[in-house]
Amino acid sequence: MSSENIGNSMNSAIKTSAAPPQRRTIDIVNLSLNRRYRAERRFRFYGLAAIVLSLVFLALLFVSIVGRGYSAFWQTHIRLAVFFDPEVLKRDTLVNADYAALVRASLLKMFPQTEGRQDRRMLVALVSSGAVYQLRDMALKDPELVGKTVEAWLPADDDVDMLNKGHFRRDLPESERRVSDKQIAWIERLEAEGRLERHFNTTFLTAGDSREPELAGIWGAVAGSFFTLVITLGLSFPIGVAAAVYLEEFAKKNRWTDLIEVNINNLAAVPSIVFGLLGLAVFLNFFGLPRSAPLVGGLVLTLMTLPTIIIASRSALKSVPPSIREAALGVGASKMQMVVHHVLPLALPGMLTGTIIGMARALGESAPLLMIGMVAFIVDIPKGLTDPATVLPVQIYLWSDSPERAFVERTSAAIMVLLAFLVVMNAGAIILRKKFERRW
Amino acid sequence: MAPISLLAVLLALSAAGYYFGRRKAFALADRAGGAVKLHSRPTYHGALTALWCAIPALLIFGFWLACENEVITHLVVSDMPESIRSLPADRMNLVINDIRNLESGSFVSQTADPAIQTAVDHYRRLRSISHQALAVITIALMVAAGLLVRRRIAAGLRARNQVEGILTVILVACSTIAIFTTIGIVLSVLYEAIRFFNIIPVTEFLFGLDWSPQMAIRADQVGSSGAFGAVPVFLGTALISAIAMVVAVPIGLMSAIYLSEYAGKRLRAVAKPLIEVLAGIPTVVYGFFAALTVAPIIRDWGNWLGLDVASESALAAGLVMGIMIIPFVSSLSDDFINAVPQSLRDGAYSLGATRSETIRQVIVPAAIPGIIGGVLLAVSRAIGETMIVVMAAGLSANLTVNPLAAVTTVTVQIVTLLVGDQEFDSPKTLAAFALGLVLFIVTLCLNVIALYVVRKYREQYE
Repeated sequence: MSSENIGNSMNSAIKTSAAPPQRRTIDIVNLSLNRRYRAERRFRFYGLAAIVLSLVFLALLFVSIVGRGYSAFWQTHIRLAVFFDPEVLKRDTLVNADYAALVRASLLKMFPQTEGRQDRRMLVALVSSGAVYQLRDMALKDPELVGKTVEAWLPADDDVDMLNKGHFRRDLPESERRVSDKQIAWIERLEAEGRLERHFNTTFLTAGDSREPELAGIWGAVAGSFFTLVITLGLSFPIGVAAAVYLEEFAKKNRWTDLIEVNINNLAAVPSIVFGLLGLAVFLNFFGLPRSAPLVGGLVLTLMTLPTIIIASRSALKSVPPSIREAALGVGASKMQMVVHHVLPLALPGMLTGTIIGMARALGESAPLLMIGMVAFIVDIPKGLTDPATVLPVQIYLWSDSPERAFVERTSAAIMVLLAFLVVMNAGAIILRKKFERRW
Repeated sequence: MAPISLLAVLLALSAAGYYFGRRKAFALADRAGGAVKLHSRPTYHGALTALWCAIPALLIFGFWLACENEVITHLVVSDMPESIRSLPADRMNLVINDIRNLESGSFVSQTADPAIQTAVDHYRRLRSISHQALAVITIALMVAAGLLVRRRIAAGLRARNQVEGILTVILVACSTIAIFTTIGIVLSVLYEAIRFFNIIPVTEFLFGLDWSPQMAIRADQVGSSGAFGAVPVFLGTALISAIAMVVAVPIGLMSAIYLSEYAGKRLRAVAKPLIEVLAGIPTVVYGFFAALTVAPIIRDWGNWLGLDVASESALAAGLVMGIMIIPFVSSLSDDFINAVPQSLRDGAYSLGATRSETIRQVIVPAAIPGIIGGVLLAVSRAIGETMIVVMAAGLSANLTVNPLAAVTTVTVQIVTLLVGDQEFDSPKTLAAFALGLVLFIVTLCLNVIALYVVRKYREQYE
């Protein structure tokens, strides 16, 4: 009825303006229908394209990281017949002896026709400067080796490694590549003799930072991240839960609690680098805490993750039905007993989920840690909360700045390790939620 | 005694306090004829004893350690020979650093001068005295407090109420940390920023067109003027954030619309978490991606088209930042679109509107306040984002809006000014805090407006 009325009135409107003979509403609708359906399909396509585009970005990100990084888990080694020359080793104690001379000697023995200082230096450069530590450890472990010849797999220099993995092209003119023609000839001979092989790169997973890509590892950064997160978790979880319990269960609704709420919501959106400025001005300059220490990093990240944990904990507390509270109060529990004995245990899984997600964010955070000096080049693996340390994301940042081609590969591999940790943490949070989620 | 083992002792003593308090309460209960005769259950008596043992001692412990370094340094300095004490302040700091480094044995910066060596010994001695004194005081305090509370334990003691009172105070204290953090941020940033504005006038900082914060070390040095006009920095930030929003808002909004209005259950279950994954990736990873993958691609395409593209173009950083923000926009818009009541949709369909017409003319207008709030939050995130721009954007401040040129941002400048040597008396270091103040104020305003809008919107349909 009413639509007919509208149709009639529209008809009359059209009559007065255009005045063609009798056009019904349905005709107008039908005429525009194709255009409207096309617009519908277009709109739908835009939506789908937006989703596909974001997924393509995601895929591109992962492919580019994994594609660059997977090869870092293998490292080229060179097998050398090293003669533990008593002449060389007796000159000093076994710890301080000139092991580089042993490497030099065995290389020269293999390629006796090498003449001239420059050529010799190029030959020695094939083997990593870290090889001497491996030989030293061998000699210290088994002093009987002195005077014997041992076939040892020694790490190759990063340039050799890159060439072997195909990241350096061999067909470029000599001046444009880092490996000279002579070195390529030597490498090809080593390959032909089966003296050049790729082994699993344990150094990458167990060593600290180094200027030499083939000796650099992530373990120092992982340990730093661990200590930092221990502090963050140890402080932010109890404080966050306590704050959430107070705000959700005890606080009366007044201006004071409103102020706290607004503050928490705002802090959750404050740029992380501002927390770094706070840490620098307060923890380092005012309290005089040590620079580059996981202790300070943990404190800064605590302040940063607290809002996240408080918000998550409050929503977990909210989801506990009031009947539980009323039942507890009804049998004579005090308010504190009701919270501690009944509400908290039921809300705990939700709180833990929120905490894990907050920790995952803290693990990936680097900007505030740059401010408090956790960007130093630190070779030693930190052993405590006040040792100078760096964390995994900052290590990635440091390596990404390094000019060597081999560090690109290692940066990507470190990112893969970081992402693996994050996946494990988030999966843990999801499992926790699935397992303990209760619908009331 | 090292502080960490002292802490362990303190905790062990509190545990002992709990045990003894509880035991005394049980003994009382036995004499009085069952635990019902007590006002509070015995565990509360134990807890009360433990709390009184632990809290004062831990407060003193924390306060002592916080002040210890300053006091000892002061004592050591005042005992040093006149020749060292009369050094200017910055040299003095170096000497103190040397002493501390030598003392902790981390490294030796110079062959130890005998005066320094005595100072180090003095420092070490004072510190061991301080630690011993701390141990004696805290342990004595704990034992005294424990005995006092234990004596007060009686059948009528309202132990539960007291324990709950203490716990409430702790809860309140924890919830005020958010306020103290905000105050801390404001005070620390403001203090250094005011010191900066004493050297460089505010107007020059806010409206100056030339930014080159490197200070000349020698007077005749070239190219280090020390100019602090931050407009190019602000413009660069705005440019990169604008590029990010141009990428993130359409993609995020359209994918949210598609997922909530068109997509079937299966696609939604797969695509939504995958898009959320983008939000969980650390920003340093995006920075690496921008610098090593996206920037070269953009440069190659630009060269192919005959354009002059900087290797650290604003476009690369902005594009990747946009990708990072997509899930942020999409999940917030998704919330708001879902909050639009079904009756509005049904009304539009019944008038014969197609789905896209319903979305464009009914749902999006109804959700627009929420979406705007979400976009404002996303803008504030883009402005404050650090690692992507540090790794992929430039360092030199160019006054340009060309997305193919290299620009710098507020966060990049903060990082470059503060990483490395810091001198808290030079405008170069202090400028970082002035920039931080601007960043904090701008993001705070955006957040307050956005949160207000979002809250109002939520109330509208509830």
